[in-house]
Amino acid sequence: MRRLFYLLPLVGFLALVAVFKWGLNHDPRLLPSMLIDRPVPEMSLAPLPGRPAESGLSTADLKGRVSLVNIYGSWCIACVQEHPYLMELKKAGITIHGIDWRDDPVEGAKWLKKHGDPYDRVGADPAPGRAAIDFGVTGAPETFVVDRNGVIRYKHIGPITPEVWKTVLGPIVQELSK
Amino acid sequence: MIAEIGHFALILALGVALLQAVVPLWGARRNDPVLMGLAGPASVVQFLLVAVSFAALTHAYVVSDFSVMNVFSNSHTDKPLLYKVSGVWGNHEGSLLLWITILALFGLAVSLFGGNLPPGLKARALAVQAMITVGFLLFILFTSNPFERLDPPPINGQGLNPLLQDPGLAFHPPFLYLGYVGFSMAFSFAIAALIEGRVDAAWARWVRPWTLVAWVFLTCGIVLGSWWAYYELGWGGWWYWDPVENASFMPWLAGTALLHSAVVVEKRDALKSWTIFLAILAFGLSLLGTFLVRSGVITSVHAFASDPTRGVFILGLLVIAIGGSFALYAVRAPSLKTGGLFAPISREGALLLNNVLMATGAGTVLLGTLYPLFADAFDLGKVSVGPPFFNSVFVPLMVPMVLAMAAGPFMSWKRADLMGVLGRLKLVLGLAVVAAGVTWFLEGGTAGPWWAAGGIGLAVWLFLGTLAEWAERVRLFKAPAEALGRARRLPRAAWGMTLAHAGLALFIAGATASSAWKQESVQSQKVGEAVTVAGYTFTLTDVRDVQGPNYVASTGTFEVTRDGKPFATMTPAKRTYKMPPRPTTEAAIVGTFWGDVYAVVGDKDPDGGYVTRLYFNPLVPWMWMGALVMVIGGLVSLSDRRHRVGAPTRARAGAKTQPAKA
Repeated sequence: MRRLFYLLPLVGFLALVAVFKWGLNHDPRLLPSMLIDRPVPEMSLAPLPGRPAESGLSTADLKGRVSLVNIYGSWCIACVQEHPYLMELKKAGITIHGIDWRDDPVEGAKWLKKHGDPYDRVGADPAPGRAAIDFGVTGAPETFVVDRNGVIRYKHIGPITPEVWKTVLGPIVQELSK
Repeated sequence: MIAEIGHFALILALGVALLQAVVPLWGARRNDPVLMGLAGPASVVQFLLVAVSFAALTHAYVVSDFSVMNVFSNSHTDKPLLYKVSGVWGNHEGSLLLWITILALFGLAVSLFGGNLPPGLKARALAVQAMITVGFLLFILFTSNPFERLDPPPINGQGLNPLLQDPGLAFHPPFLYLGYVGFSMAFSFAIAALIEGRVDAAWARWVRPWTLVAWVFLTCGIVLGSWWAYYELGWGGWWYWDPVENASFMPWLAGTALLHSAVVVEKRDALKSWTIFLAILAFGLSLLGTFLVRSGVITSVHAFASDPTRGVFILGLLVIAIGGSFALYAVRAPSLKTGGLFAPISREGALLLNNVLMATGAGTVLLGTLYPLFADAFDLGKVSVGPPFFNSVFVPLMVPMVLAMAAGPFMSWKRADLMGVLGRLKLVLGLAVVAAGVTWFLEGGTAGPWWAAGGIGLAVWLFLGTLAEWAERVRLFKAPAEALGRARRLPRAAWGMTLAHAGLALFIAGATASSAWKQESVQSQKVGEAVTVAGYTFTLTDVRDVQGPNYVASTGTFEVTRDGKPFATMTPAKRTYKMPPRPTTEAAIVGTFWGDVYAVVGDKDPDGGYVTRLYFNPLVPWMWMGALVMVIGGLVSLSDRRHRVGAPTRARAGAKTQPAKA
């Protein structure tokens, strides 16, 4: 009986571990993306300067096919890191739209000229970045996966790396495209 | 090249640590002095290798070598040198390297200062210490390599989170880790004692000072963090019961309990298995804190980037280290021989009560911290547990503890006379009740929160009770002429206790007052307008932009007067950093004896005013002072001659009245 008493710490600890093991597979950060499985918020963003009027981004443009909405800015260094891979994705036939966030649209356009333009459509969302606030953007780069019906299905925070694409975003896009 | 040297040194350190984890243990079993003796030099080499690695990473930060991924992600050429250096541990990988460096440093301390330890105990403890190092080295090498290269190297880095660019927070992590990791000493010795199946006074005499070292650092670390939150977050609060704050507070509670129960082992040869349990618990909670912060299991403002691979790895470490220890405990602890028996009402009894309340306190903090996870796991919905839970559960637990704290030191070992003790404390009790009554009256009866009077009464009870015990020891009132001499001859450990308990009393007074009677005013203030808070009139005279090394600050100037007389000029600021572009608040604080005058300036309104927040935070300086006194108490106790390394044997040889212990 006395010996059992000394077992208590071990038993309590193992119970804790079981809960932790469960917790590791459940990212609590998924919670704040309130917009998951909701339609894209109403928006109508102007095109970047020097581009045709119809190249801006509005809610209706996101219907019809599966697309990525990528938040970038000319000031964003991690976006430079992610950019070459977005160009590759474009070559692979993925539809990507851009939102030039909290940026001088002139700079945003220059940046695309310099690094290449992976986007179908680009909307300018200069400071304070109203559309991005509606999306629940926390920083750049961030990427939303939007399905055919214009419903947000996933949000990725940070640069898209080949690994992120292969393990997370790619499979989601493939599944939605079926 | 230097980064590769750092990486390579870590791999070599892993090899040395593996050797140190196995060979001395085997040697101790076979009682082979050569194999046991390997532990000492191995821990020296291991430390040197880890230190080289740490120096290599620091070098990369100082020269801004952006070809190292870690430097690119967390540094920038514009940063002042201090924050380039503190950037080393301002991220997951670097802070882990700091963890390991400190772990190796403590191992080094055992081999340098442990000359008088029984060779078997020393060899086993160093082997256990090396096992922990192996675990963490594997973790850093496989999941979190700080020396990873980036090709091609970017021109500049992404900068350090501006909130972390602050002197208070620059030194917060090293202190915190010295505390966390310091508990590894008690842990390693506990495991070594379980393997040997023997816990004696010599064991406790070795474990206690190292626990005290860890406790002093952890206290400093927690207070630095709290102080930082107080002046940097700009809301005048100093504790938020955030999971990460709790992660540092739980080991503190367990470590404080351990400090007290180790005294009982040392002096009375009792409470052995309990002390061992606390030693495992204190370090276990430190590891748990590391897990919570780095695994992403719990969301927190402090959390490092969450990464499931890392989480699984640390969970594995946790299972091996803590699960293994508790398993060993379950097998070995029942057979530990217990020495001195004692009555429930005795010094031992009081210390045990303190221990149980401290451990329960740590348990409730753990429960509150993990409850959101439990609720989620058992499908009770997403919940968050806030300060109300902790205030209504943790605080009441501490009330009986503080009540017992003043009485405990009056009690004699083995069996004490409760009525006699209370008799000696009746004047203190009377004064405490009067203090509570006066507080109640000054508050205007029920106008203030009901608990404030109780909190002040408790603080007075503890403070005067502690002083009374000291006065009795030095016979201040019975033989005042000799009191000074007696005070000088009082053991340093007794001085330490008096200081630490008195410090806690100051802290309780400060915490109670600042929570109960904070006065604040939030408004839009135009230049030239005046606002009065708690008798202080703040006139906003100017707001201008000031250029800093890597930020632009919008700095406001307040001319503050009290009763028409000039009091101070305060210049709070709102900084906007360039890289990464984020704002921080720099509160202006002027401390007085009765409290802090605290001002924050915010954004500009469309109509030309500025959002200002003005506070009077009563007795907040008492809290910092109280914490400082506690730390000083710890240091004084540490300088007690019985803790001085090598001293115990000599001290005992000199004291003829003390019977020799086996």
